[in-house]
Amino acid sequence: MANNISITVNGKTHTGEVEARTLLVDYLREHLSLTGTHIGCDTSSCGACTVHVDGKAVKSCTMLAVQADGCEVTTVEGLSTNGSLHPIQEGFREEHGLQCGFCTPGMMMTATDLLKRNPNPTEHEIREALEGNFCRCTGYHNIVKSIQHAANKMNEATA
Amino acid sequence: MTKYIGKSVKRLEDKRFITGQGKYTDDIKLVNMAHAYILRSPYAHATINSIDTSEAKAMEGVVAIYTGADIPEAIAGVPCGWQVNFKNGDIMKEPPHPLLVRKKVRHVGDGVAIVIADSKAIAKDASELIDIDYDIHDAVTDPKAAAQAGAPLVHADVPSNTCFDWELGNPKEEVSAAMASAAHVTELEFANQRVVPNAIEPRSAIGHYDTAHDRYTLYTSTQNPHLTRLLMCAFVLGIPEHKVRVVGPDVGGGFGSKIFHYTEEALVTFFSKIVGRPIKWTADRSEAFLTDAHGRDHVTHAKMGFDADGKIVALQAYTYANMGAYLSTFAPAVPTYLHGTLLQGLYTTPKINVDVTATFTHTNAVDAYRGAGRPEATYLLERIIDLAALEMDMDPAELRLKNFIEPFDGVEQEGYVTQVALQYDSGNYAPVLNRALEMVGYEAFRKEQAAQSNGKLLGIGFSTYIEACGIAPSAVVGALGARAGLFESAQVTVQPTGKVSVYTGSHSHGQGHETTFAQVVADRMGIAIEDVEIIHGDSDRVAFGMGTYGSRSLAVGGSAIVKSVDKVLEKGAKIAAHLLEASPDDLDYADGKWTVRGTDKSVAFGDVSLTAYVPHNYPEGLEPGMDFSSFYDPTNFTYPFGAHVAIVEIDKETGAVKLKRFIAVDDVGNVINPMIVDGQIHGGLAQGIGQALHEGTVYDESGQLINGSYMDYCMPRADDLPSFEVDRTVTPCPHNPLGVKGAGEAGCIGSTPAVVNAVIDALWKGGFKVKDVPMPMTPERVWTAMQ
Ligand code: FES
Ligand code: FES
Repeated sequence: MANNISITVNGKTHTGEVEARTLLVDYLREHLSLTGTHIGCDTSSCGACTVHVDGKAVKSCTMLAVQADGCEVTTVEGLSTNGSLHPIQEGFREEHGLQCGFCTPGMMMTATDLLKRNPNPTEHEIREALEGNFCRCTGYHNIVKSIQHAANKMNEATA
Repeated sequence: MTKYIGKSVKRLEDKRFITGQGKYTDDIKLVNMAHAYILRSPYAHATINSIDTSEAKAMEGVVAIYTGADIPEAIAGVPCGWQVNFKNGDIMKEPPHPLLVRKKVRHVGDGVAIVIADSKAIAKDASELIDIDYDIHDAVTDPKAAAQAGAPLVHADVPSNTCFDWELGNPKEEVSAAMASAAHVTELEFANQRVVPNAIEPRSAIGHYDTAHDRYTLYTSTQNPHLTRLLMCAFVLGIPEHKVRVVGPDVGGGFGSKIFHYTEEALVTFFSKIVGRPIKWTADRSEAFLTDAHGRDHVTHAKMGFDADGKIVALQAYTYANMGAYLSTFAPAVPTYLHGTLLQGLYTTPKINVDVTATFTHTNAVDAYRGAGRPEATYLLERIIDLAALEMDMDPAELRLKNFIEPFDGVEQEGYVTQVALQYDSGNYAPVLNRALEMVGYEAFRKEQAAQSNGKLLGIGFSTYIEACGIAPSAVVGALGARAGLFESAQVTVQPTGKVSVYTGSHSHGQGHETTFAQVVADRMGIAIEDVEIIHGDSDRVAFGMGTYGSRSLAVGGSAIVKSVDKVLEKGAKIAAHLLEASPDDLDYADGKWTVRGTDKSVAFGDVSLTAYVPHNYPEGLEPGMDFSSFYDPTNFTYPFGAHVAIVEIDKETGAVKLKRFIAVDDVGNVINPMIVDGQIHGGLAQGIGQALHEGTVYDESGQLINGSYMDYCMPRADDLPSFEVDRTVTPCPHNPLGVKGAGEAGCIGSTPAVVNAVIDALWKGGFKVKDVPMPMTPERVWTAMQ
């Protein structure tokens, strides 16, 4: 069964047909070739697929593409603007918040959502916010520091 | 000279990952690509009576379906790369591991059919229409139970399910005699439970046959593309090696599980020619749980004897090691040459014997997982010595210090020769423990612990470990059963403009080689790091390689790069001497130029490289060009060591364990990039702590993996862990040019026993004198221990 949908991804509107059972993550990866959003599990547990839907962090494997009809979606590919890195991207690079990089897009999307809601999170709050995102490489230590780095940068910018 | 070495240079590879441009295997799309789904056995042990694929084949969008019967008899299956012999000299039992099962399934997840379709969804749907009639049999999953009389046999021709038995060290009689003389003997029986490596990128493989060139390409999430090519071509499919390209693109973590050559790689390669389309297979997470090689799974009984002063006099260990249903690529090496050989630890134990029985069970294969054998050895030693301290009422740190091997640098003082077949390279063990004690604030902690009275129990646990890395001297491992050499190769190509391309056989899947290796090359050549590019992971670009595992990349791969760089500089000196009208012996090389000693006459690296490619004014008889390959075969393993300390708090009401602090002081030899080394330690710590507190497979009696998903298998999340406190000492490796020892596995090797020891310490100090709480130390298990 095909459905006509229209989704705005990273500022660009895509209109077309998808099967009703197509997950948002598969739509992004297969239809739009936005492969920065990853798939790490089949139980909605790992967070590798996290994107923003209408400004909120969502695991894109838990949502059908048709449910995102009419929504604004941001993926990791849409994080940097006009060629300059988002502070969260800088934070991950500065603080060595990634090793293999597979969890990283999901981590950064979760982190930017957190910083929007809570610009000054404590270490504890950061760790709690990352509850739905697995990283097997970093032991989370430097991911926490990366997010703190980004928070500082973003606060400086708005100060 | 060292502008980059020793500095925390930010990673050059990060840009693509933080912008979503990493290219992992599943991100690759080829024209006309089909998708495969592997139908797997739902039973651990069963006979297939019949398979009916007709209805599934008729489904729209299905390209083809193949079963074991469709695979030529000549393709026996994936091979094992390490041979261990029985004590009596017989060769280990090595039953074939078929690409798809023909008659008998031997673990849940054993591949039965491959469904190839226009999409993965169609392939999956079609697989549900395949009708298979099974006769189900009893299963055995425990490595010790498997060896007992009457256990169901995994392979009819392997009696007692025993793959091999093996021993190492001093004769048992000598060990028993020493044990009999001991003033105190500590005895411990424990399991080092099975864990799942769980790289977050699931395994994936794409096979592509190109008719125009009669050539195959395999993209695969591997830690060693060349080794995969060798094994698949020469031992599985019988395809000439030069007709196959294997690419390991960006790989989302490995931790050992992506070393091995897997059946799916051979399946997509083989069938891509038959169906005439590229075929992609990507594991679902639940499939990864069932088929990625698992780690650990030892059952051990050990005894350690001490004299009245607390000096260790003897160690005897018996271990049953689970191989799973089939032998994975390096499985036999793990409980033997990567485990038994490490039982000297940091101690002067004069008599050691280790006896290992490896068994087949109706479970998924077990093979190297971060640390591979060395975590099991460390767990054995460090659990028993901590317990001995409690039993003898001695301080666990003092007991260790008393037994440490004296310092030796491997240059002035000989390397330490162990009772278990190794010679350590260099070591200075007391400083790592002393530094850790200082960081903990040991005395203050003991006071706090004694004063604790709020319904919580505080505990401290130690672990001082050694590991053998930089795997490995080929002749040595060859004598021990390896069927491959374990050298590394590197090619350094200087472009005419002086830019440098480095082709390494090591493979980076998170380790940051593109940065660390570039730091080494840029410093040694005195050029800017931006002028160096590191290329890896493609057998068509990199001539040869053995890949990344066993903390070997820098120690072995880095050394091969250094050799090639030195050849470049040696040739460069000849050209420079010609241009400067001097003798090469009178030249100094620094900051990217050759200078005639004592003058200001110099020529830059870029001018020399240009001359090599435009050889108009050129030394007579010298070949043009600047391109050198090298192979480096180490003369010994490297031996990093360290001291880890955990502080835990147990809730007496619930048994819940909170890891309050974790201190790690590691010595990995010289350090090229401290930021990356710290990151490697952090990641290893999380995995080791995960094993202690959270992780572990649960197989039921029928051989079902009960917790085969991220919902059910507990992996550490961010809020399960504290920030780590890490430091290091530096004892250079005396036998490789960079003096490095390897950092990839250290964290995972040292941390597990430290955490468990801390829990046991808390329990003893709280009046519960238990010898062991099985891992993972869940609240329920800890609570039970207090009843
Ligand atoms: S892929 Fe979406 S949570 Fe794992
Ligand atoms: S960086 Fe590899 S999983 Fe997080």
